Amino acid sequence: MVLTDLANPSRFLTCANRAIPWLGGVTVIALAFGLNQAMGAPDDYQQGATVKIMYLHVPSAWLGMLCWGVMTVAALGTLVWRHPLADVAAKAAAPIGAAFTLLCLVTGSLWGRPEWGTYWVWDARLTSELVLLLLYLGVIAVWQTVEDPSRAARAAAILTLVGAIDLPIIKFSVDWWNTLHQGASVFRLGGSTIYPTILIPLLIMAVAFTFLFVTLHIAAMRNEILRRQVRTLRLMQASAAS
Amino acid sequence: MEHISHMPFIIASYAAAGVVVGALIAWVTLDFRTQRRALADLETRGVTRRSATGGSRRPIEQAREKA
Repeated sequence: MVLTDLANPSRFLTCANRAIPWLGGVTVIALAFGLNQAMGAPDDYQQGATVKIMYLHVPSAWLGMLCWGVMTVAALGTLVWRHPLADVAAKAAAPIGAAFTLLCLVTGSLWGRPEWGTYWVWDARLTSELVLLLLYLGVIAVWQTVEDPSRAARAAAILTLVGAIDLPIIKFSVDWWNTLHQGASVFRLGGSTIYPTILIPLLIMAVAFTFLFVTLHIAAMRNEILRRQVRTLRLMQASAAS
Repeated sequence: MEHISHMPFIIASYAAAGVVVGALIAWVTLDFRTQRRALADLETRGVTRRSATGGSRRPIEQAREKA
């Protein structure tokens, strides 16, 4: 019953219209609180003030990967369960994930210059993150170039499932290869190695970014449903005219 | 490693985040307005879906409610 309800685009539009203002409000409050905490956090004893870049870089990296994870579940929804909203969710998520991944790479480069002495190295973590951005651009290109939405959905779903291989590569690249990028320091066996005065603002910013993603994703899904309704009506109009 | 000021890199990072998040919000907002306008235009020309006249409200009504 619940799945049937969620599968109804009209029902989704109703729920989205109600939820988006509330989610937007929570996102603004969470971001304001997170930024306040980040600006008030002490400098790191090694990185100095550049640790403030981490409050953007780390949540962006997590969201870039989470977004591909959402697209992977949606791809299964498209190919296996043929859920009516699955390809809508996947298409709406791709530009948002690409933006977060781009932000991760940009902020990482801006952190790397003062800390490593270079904006970029072909390190396993950096390269696999760049591959994720290219995968996002590939999925967006599929959606833009294949005119029939159902064919585009299947092609994008297959690319998404193949691209999901990159997620564990990103996560474990710092363990599998000798990289310049630091190893896992937040979620690791034995607990976080980050001091709480820095860790807590980082986690608050991660929660704020997650709310931002959810809000933008639902809003983009609503737009995609409306776009498909416009397309259907235009096709009806064209067939009635001919 | 040469000693360089960290502040420009921090400011550039937060500026980049502002630009990216601002672009995402602008994209979602403008796209919503575009689709809502297109639906309104089609409805004024009398093009509606049969299912839209049934129990559930039409998309344009939902969009207007949001606006």
